[in-house]
Amino acid sequence: MSRTPLDTVEHAAATPDVELPWAELGLKKDEYERVVEILGRRPTGAELAMYSVMWSEHCSYKSSKVHLRQFGEKAPESDAMLVGIGENAGVVDVGQGYAVTFKVESHNHPSYVEPYQGAATGVGGIVRDIIAMGARPVAVVDPLRFGAADHPDTKRVLPGVVAGIGGYGNCLGLPNIGGEVVFDACYQGNPLVNAGAIGVMRHEDIHLAKASGAGNKVILYGARTGGDGIGGASILASETFDDAKPSKRPAVQVGDPFQEKLLIECTLEAFREKLVVGIQDLGAAGLSCATSELASNGSGGMRVTLDDVPLRDSTLSPEEILMSESQERMCAVVEPEKVDRFLEICEKWDVIATVIGEVTDGDRLEIYWHGGKIVDVDPRTVAHEGPVYERPYARPSWQDELQADDANKLPRPATSEELKDQVLKLVGSPNQASKSWITSQYDHFVQGNTVLAQPEDSGMIRIDEETGLGVAIATDGNGRYAKLDPYHGAQLALAEAYRNVATTGAKPLAVSDCLNFGSPEDPAVMWQFAEAVRGLADACQQLGTPVTGGNVSLYNQTGEAAIHPTPVVAVLGVIDDVARRTPVAFQEEGQLLYLLGDTREEFGGSAWSQVVHDHLGGLPPQVDLERERLLAEILISASRDGMIDSAHDLSDGGLIQAVVESALLGGKGARLIVPDGLDAFTFLFSESAGRAVVAVPRSEEVRFNDMCGARGLPVTRIGVVDGDTVDVQGEFALSLSELRETHEGTIPALLK
Amino acid sequence: MTARIGVVTFPGSLDDRDTQRAIRVAGAEPVALWHKDKDLKQVDAVVLCGGFSYGDYLRAGAIARFSPVMEPLLEQAKAGLPVLGICNGFQILTEAHLLPGTMLRNDHLHFICRDQKLRVENAETAWTTDYSAGQEIHIPLKNNDGQYVADAYTLDKLEAEGRVAFRYLDFNPNGSQRDIAGVTNEAGNVVGLMPHPEHAVEPLIGTGRTDGLPFFTSILKKLVNA
Repeated sequence: MSRTPLDTVEHAAATPDVELPWAELGLKKDEYERVVEILGRRPTGAELAMYSVMWSEHCSYKSSKVHLRQFGEKAPESDAMLVGIGENAGVVDVGQGYAVTFKVESHNHPSYVEPYQGAATGVGGIVRDIIAMGARPVAVVDPLRFGAADHPDTKRVLPGVVAGIGGYGNCLGLPNIGGEVVFDACYQGNPLVNAGAIGVMRHEDIHLAKASGAGNKVILYGARTGGDGIGGASILASETFDDAKPSKRPAVQVGDPFQEKLLIECTLEAFREKLVVGIQDLGAAGLSCATSELASNGSGGMRVTLDDVPLRDSTLSPEEILMSESQERMCAVVEPEKVDRFLEICEKWDVIATVIGEVTDGDRLEIYWHGGKIVDVDPRTVAHEGPVYERPYARPSWQDELQADDANKLPRPATSEELKDQVLKLVGSPNQASKSWITSQYDHFVQGNTVLAQPEDSGMIRIDEETGLGVAIATDGNGRYAKLDPYHGAQLALAEAYRNVATTGAKPLAVSDCLNFGSPEDPAVMWQFAEAVRGLADACQQLGTPVTGGNVSLYNQTGEAAIHPTPVVAVLGVIDDVARRTPVAFQEEGQLLYLLGDTREEFGGSAWSQVVHDHLGGLPPQVDLERERLLAEILISASRDGMIDSAHDLSDGGLIQAVVESALLGGKGARLIVPDGLDAFTFLFSESAGRAVVAVPRSEEVRFNDMCGARGLPVTRIGVVDGDTVDVQGEFALSLSELRETHEGTIPALLK
Repeated sequence: MTARIGVVTFPGSLDDRDTQRAIRVAGAEPVALWHKDKDLKQVDAVVLCGGFSYGDYLRAGAIARFSPVMEPLLEQAKAGLPVLGICNGFQILTEAHLLPGTMLRNDHLHFICRDQKLRVENAETAWTTDYSAGQEIHIPLKNNDGQYVADAYTLDKLEAEGRVAFRYLDFNPNGSQRDIAGVTNEAGNVVGLMPHPEHAVEPLIGTGRTDGLPFFTSILKKLVNA
């Protein structure tokens, strides 16, 4: 085997004319020139590896940054915010000395290539972000989007993704309490696998990703570093070595949840003993990211000896070690006198831990390999000063035509029989059908604090056994609405998640988002993105729920065909006593059903227009954020004061979908009366926002009506919980058994 | 006085804190045991909880069975120490041959999490006296490898001796032979089952039922009255 000389900093300076494969590593010419300008020489292979991964779209947010700034600029005043955007995850004060951290991220592309491992490592990555803040992870949620339900490839992707999420999350001991599953042909070839996690800690336990204090040790712990997850680094490697090693390494990482479980316990034990100054997980861009971020967020520099990194494959080149995305690894900064204790805890949990470097009093990140210095950079230029693009954007030419194609003009059912058939078609359609075939593959019970889990409107976890303090989380995002109008579509996603949290009785506090879009190089997609961000930032400001962090996933497209713009919004809420939570299921016969909010003829982007007419056009439902806020206040008060026994938000599928779900979950039917001023079709299928259905015990009827009246919230009595049918008087009645068969049979039939 | 009940944490155990909580809710004192412990800290009973000890690598429970803590546990269980194995704990007990049979992957090849209906077949073991024989209860079930199998001779013997402690009712969630959800040893001090009673001890949490609590009150009464 022949070997070129080690590409040290010295060697790079002496050989300015060596051509490096910057283009193959994904850098643009001007980006490479900027690296040369920053360094005052050509980069070494190792430096190029670091800049190329850290300046990638995924790590640098170079296309989205200029827009994302609005989340900070328009952030509402909030006493709840303890740590904001920029850290591994945001942290929110939930009272009684507790802090909660939560975040949603994407693992879209890997999950299409290798569904099981892609989805599994998505869970692993978000959970490490939560641990890195100092918190014990307490729950996960998974918003998912797949291609058409009956497409053959969906049968390959979906079961793998679900098994991967379950296989990893179940083995970590994290209850899966929420999320969504949506099918649409636009996600064919670009499924969206978003993963969210929540963690809980005491205020004083918050940890940050920074390396401070010269002489402090940098400890890499967890799994050994292997060749998995290396995208472009093998190109560099093949420049350095000849073909004595495998040329193509897998670009999708492989997860080991058992290792991650040990990592969680071991990290939490080190936190408890206050051994950690700063901490960072190794996710995208691996060691390149961890070292440059820790160093640039701290007060000093950092020196790392790459030879000390424990390897799974001894033939790895330094470039590959720096870029490897091997899972289940973390990096901690520890004071020298505490290193022994830290290593002891790792040993207790059988976790490999190695001191790989130390914090210096300089301001450079220096990395050594075989005695030579192969990296000497200002870490800020790697981690934070990447390129920023003002990508051109323009409202697409087809937008007007799409909006003019009014769904309200579609033919409506002419007879009661037709109306009934369409109800059955809707509740049995893949998007509206029960997802229990999927969610039963996730553990909901582990940790013994799950108060609510899907299919409830939000997942809810108790965080204090004595006081009953709990948190709720809901994720929502309707790509069809966002396609029709990205600004309002993003606001509707927030409004729905906000409403879902309030429906269960929790007060919405803060937001995390996962923004899934097509290629930023397409001005039409960039316009969708810019509009969605603007809409979301405006709405967060108005609702008083700051964005605490999130993730952007671009390039979700195949050829010219981009996915629907899909901003997925997670809202976190707090409830003082989980005993006051409100479930979806009808509880008792005889209770009165009330519809809260206004119902308009709004069918643009609706489930009805999709299921019955395969149509997408017109405008999404109107957004009225003040109404959402009022509705939330009413739902929370009613829940706290025991005025309602069940509640369900109205969203896709409209009122009939909500009533059928509450009836099936409670095993009790409903008699519905079409209110004056509405036709049966609009009453059942409209998707007007800002609405919920609640079941009120007769003893609370007067008090509940008085409260709504005094606060100015429209309230309409629409029926009663009763019998074993869903009976829309004067129109049709459907038995619970027929509804159940239709609602629960669809997904198993498609996927078995 | 109360009873001290040990809960063993193996690497990969998940329901250790939940099990400790259930013991507390029942009024007993939970004692954390570590898999590397060489003694049982004088506890009055032990629970091996659910999870994926050692990642379920090789075979569920197969590696945990060789942990240091298993030595005193085996010895004392044979001498009458009450031991309950839940899910992964049940798998460990079969691997350790304290209970007969073994668990295969669920017949449908998926992880399954559901509120499972069971019938209590034996209400005379150390862990089931607060139930009545034939009582129908709901306990959460969640597993990947829950299909109970044994040879016909063993199954016949278990049934003849009343050692099938629990059976699945209405729906067999994993293909277990003869709907067996849990079994006991001859002496009735060692019980193993796949469903998770520790997840059914508080009205607000999980499925909202408390059908699992009698496991823990049964053992508490037995130990306190002993």
